[in-house]
Amino acid sequence: MAITDMTAVQLAAAIKAGETTAVEAAEAVLAQIEKEDKKYNCYVTVDREGALAQAKSVQEQIETGTLTGPLAGVPVAVKDNLCTEGLLTTCSSKILYNFVPTYTAEAVKNLKQAGAVILGKTNMDEFAMGSTTETSAYGPTKNPRNPEYVPGGSSGGSAAAVAANECTYAIGSDTGGSIRQPASYCGVVGMKPTYGTVSRYGLIAYGSSLDQIGPLTKDVTDCATVLEALASHDEKDSTSIARDDTDFTSALTEDVAGLRIGIPNDYLGEGLDDEVKTAVLQAAGALEKKGAVVERFDLSLVDYAIPAYYTIAAAEASSNLERFDGIKYGYRAEEYAGLHNMYKKSRSEGFGEEVKRRIMLGSFVLSSGYYDAYYLKALKVKALIKKAFDEAFAKYDIILGPVAPTTAPKLGESLTDPIQMYLGDIYTIAVNLAGLPGISVPCGQDGKGLPIGLQMIGDCFQEKKLIRAAYTYEQEVGRHE
Amino acid sequence: MANIISDETIEYVGILAKLELSDEEKEQAKSDMGRMLDYIDKLGELDTTDVEPMSHVFPVQNVFREDVVTNGDDREQLLSNAPQEKDGMFMAPRTFE
Amino acid sequence: MNKQYETVIGLEVHVELATKTKIFCGCSTAFGAQPNTQTCPVCTGMPGSLPVLNKQVLEYAIAVGLATNCNITRYAKFDRKNYFYPDNPQNYQISQLYLPICRNGGVEIETAEGGVKTVGIHEIHMEEDAGKLIHDEWEDCSLVDYNRSGVPLIEIVSEPDMRSAEEVIAYLEKLRLVIQYLGASDCKLQEGSMRADVNLSVREAGAKEFGTRTEMKNLNSFKAITRAIEGERDRQIDLIESGESVVQETRRWDDTKGESYAMRSKEDAQDYRYFPDPDLTPISVSEEMLAEIRAKQPEFRTEKMKRYKAEFDIPDYDIEIITGEKPLADLFEATVALGGQPKKVSNWLMGETLRLMKERETDASDLCFSPEHLAKLIGLTERKEINSSVAKEVFEVMFEKDIDPEIYVEEKGLKTVTDEGALKKTVEEVIAANPQSVEDYRNGKEKAIGFLVGQTMKAMKGKADPGAVNQMLKELL
Repeated sequence: MAITDMTAVQLAAAIKAGETTAVEAAEAVLAQIEKEDKKYNCYVTVDREGALAQAKSVQEQIETGTLTGPLAGVPVAVKDNLCTEGLLTTCSSKILYNFVPTYTAEAVKNLKQAGAVILGKTNMDEFAMGSTTETSAYGPTKNPRNPEYVPGGSSGGSAAAVAANECTYAIGSDTGGSIRQPASYCGVVGMKPTYGTVSRYGLIAYGSSLDQIGPLTKDVTDCATVLEALASHDEKDSTSIARDDTDFTSALTEDVAGLRIGIPNDYLGEGLDDEVKTAVLQAAGALEKKGAVVERFDLSLVDYAIPAYYTIAAAEASSNLERFDGIKYGYRAEEYAGLHNMYKKSRSEGFGEEVKRRIMLGSFVLSSGYYDAYYLKALKVKALIKKAFDEAFAKYDIILGPVAPTTAPKLGESLTDPIQMYLGDIYTIAVNLAGLPGISVPCGQDGKGLPIGLQMIGDCFQEKKLIRAAYTYEQEVGRHE
Repeated sequence: MANIISDETIEYVGILAKLELSDEEKEQAKSDMGRMLDYIDKLGELDTTDVEPMSHVFPVQNVFREDVVTNGDDREQLLSNAPQEKDGMFMAPRTFE
Repeated sequence: MNKQYETVIGLEVHVELATKTKIFCGCSTAFGAQPNTQTCPVCTGMPGSLPVLNKQVLEYAIAVGLATNCNITRYAKFDRKNYFYPDNPQNYQISQLYLPICRNGGVEIETAEGGVKTVGIHEIHMEEDAGKLIHDEWEDCSLVDYNRSGVPLIEIVSEPDMRSAEEVIAYLEKLRLVIQYLGASDCKLQEGSMRADVNLSVREAGAKEFGTRTEMKNLNSFKAITRAIEGERDRQIDLIESGESVVQETRRWDDTKGESYAMRSKEDAQDYRYFPDPDLTPISVSEEMLAEIRAKQPEFRTEKMKRYKAEFDIPDYDIEIITGEKPLADLFEATVALGGQPKKVSNWLMGETLRLMKERETDASDLCFSPEHLAKLIGLTERKEINSSVAKEVFEVMFEKDIDPEIYVEEKGLKTVTDEGALKKTVEEVIAANPQSVEDYRNGKEKAIGFLVGQTMKAMKGKADPGAVNQMLKELL
């Protein structure tokens, strides 16, 4: 098998067995990037020299036996909103066009400790705001399954890089579906863990109470393996949770007997593409055949998740993005008259349209006289949504449904109507509001040959159930390419 | 559209958010924000009397650090990204009247 | 002006806490470092950095709350206060609005009429300090130093209970003492570790409603506070008398000009868009935590004064002065514990120490000499190994550099000459050299002996006991 076709676990095993080396692996993947990335634009920055130097050092550590883990020597692509010391980190924004972090994000550190070789930084929707990777200041990423279509977003570069074999696996961040949705559009596996499982230290924040880092991989085994390496309790992140159950690979077993799966009727209603619906229900059928108990139920409040989400995320973003002011780092306008004009010009020229739209909305909902009506109301609705999930998880181990209402849209068709774009997040967003884990697994294709994703949602800290179900499904039907 | 966003509101939010929009962008922002607020108004359908606003999903509390110095001098690195610096400090447009 | 007006004043007092590190990161808070050398990604607002609360900040805030009779909030949170300014690296300040750590307290102050009144404390909240801006004339720009960014502060917000500058000063003195006694801050107005913003309004005497208030900033001394209060009071009364109205605004006091000006700008909307900081977890204060902090509360001034009165035979006035500055009280007690006689220790503090502090403009918290050395100095004088003028000279050096007085006296050869023979020889020489004075003394001019004592002391370079010289002279004459 070609190196670029291998999964992370396969490649690490081959390196360990001496069949190839970390350097060869890095070279092979870099060659693939060289060959394919002009077409797909998965990367904002490729760190060729850095990757080869890391690979050399990792290979030495593998040979001396200091690195033995299941990801040692495997090349990884990192979303461009994760800080990497000495390596350009732009959030796909002009405002950070020249920003070189002085420290590395905790999640990336954890991967490095596991022997990962960082290839570069992947393209994304600017500051993770978007669902298509078209809001990037560095041009859109294209879907490797069909380059006329978007890869999804915001972690579109990461998902596309995995799909195009321009990396062996990738990491992304998920604030409202930003890992799961591009994974679905590109036909790869993506997972958003329980809030607090992966440290956010070094993740350039969008919506702090919603952001989580997670893996995008070729299969479920890689997904569990990478998540196991990412997860840690970090004292630098107050919202990081100390868990003693992050041995996620232990859940890679074919066993769903008696697993209670609920499908919300609300997730199969109006707006859902028929082909997507069929594929998702077929996947549920496959799990049922393996012994799971599948039922339909009413989740309730589904329609309220999007307005609550956009209020909270925009409010937090408006504050999180205040630090980009042209004084300490990043873009400063060439010409300005005085301090406040410098702020305004630098920010207006540095941020793209969608980012400005959300900053304006967020600033408004927090402003004097509106806080209670909008922001506080949204936090109350969030409490209700969490409660609805609590009730559902009293009855079910897993909630199953589609990731998105449709397969990937064509490039250039989404940004004209923001609200229409936001509606595409309807099945993924509530998971972030409630802090739950969710996984996206390929479950077929539509008539155009575009991948369809199956979403499974677990109760807090129940990633293992998701991995078990996803693994069982993958074994049953085979990996969808 | 139930929410009509005035020019003054856009101007005011621009001051808060430090964004300067062109006339065209302002018109677009007025319409976008109005539509978004109409959409958000949907939350008003829900009765949230006696519901506690939830900012943190988990009951994680009292995360502290001890009062021990752990950081050294990082100045050179810190200033490496500054658009303008002088004498070990960031240079900003004058703040004094 | 024929109407009578009443001034209504409330204070917002910022106190820098005496922690070793900043409120949300492990950077040092030490004063006087080179610009930006005490910074990290957190306190400079680097993308991706996150805050973690310094536990000591919470403990100090609760301790101050308990000492000022506040209710401690059992479930507290941090909020973000959003505003753009270069000294504020994230362009939001982490503070507390909705659930501050302490509420509804108060302290008693003495009024000018000799009565006692309570000044209510509305709330105390924790927050981070901003960086420092330096104006660069050459480049016509501002330079930003983030060493102070993230230094922990508590803001103590009073009720509008004060009616005069005197009451304001009394309230501030009271807070300063309580906080110093807790060790939570050194509370230096000049260095900015205690800062007061004055909210002031006037109303006609007897009116029930408050007038429109202004907030005055940049007050760096008690004198500036007094002047600013009087200035603002007059300004507001003038406005009202001339039929204009007071505008609610923030004003900056210029103490050299003795006037204030409005800090308004079109770009300054004063709409801070507070919301709970999602990067920090809520604080839950348990009974155990409270009990622990209560157990650590020190003896406050009133109790200390009572105890001094009972234990030590020193004047009430001394007690008042010594307990009025925590460092003085600490020095006093430590020196007494080392065997210094209370009255003598008190004399050194009340005399030379206060004199030199005033002369050199030294703050009590900057006193450098140790109680060990003061005790040794007292020992030297008690054993008459040095005379009092030598002791003062030695103390002055101690005050500067905390030298060991025993070693110093030895090295400089300042010990009193106790050799009778040497003394007698010198006295005889002085008698022989000053026949006129000897004559005068013998003719009944008692004063003449003073001159002879002085001459002898001079001949012995000050290292004699003047009493002994006096006696020797009388004997020989």
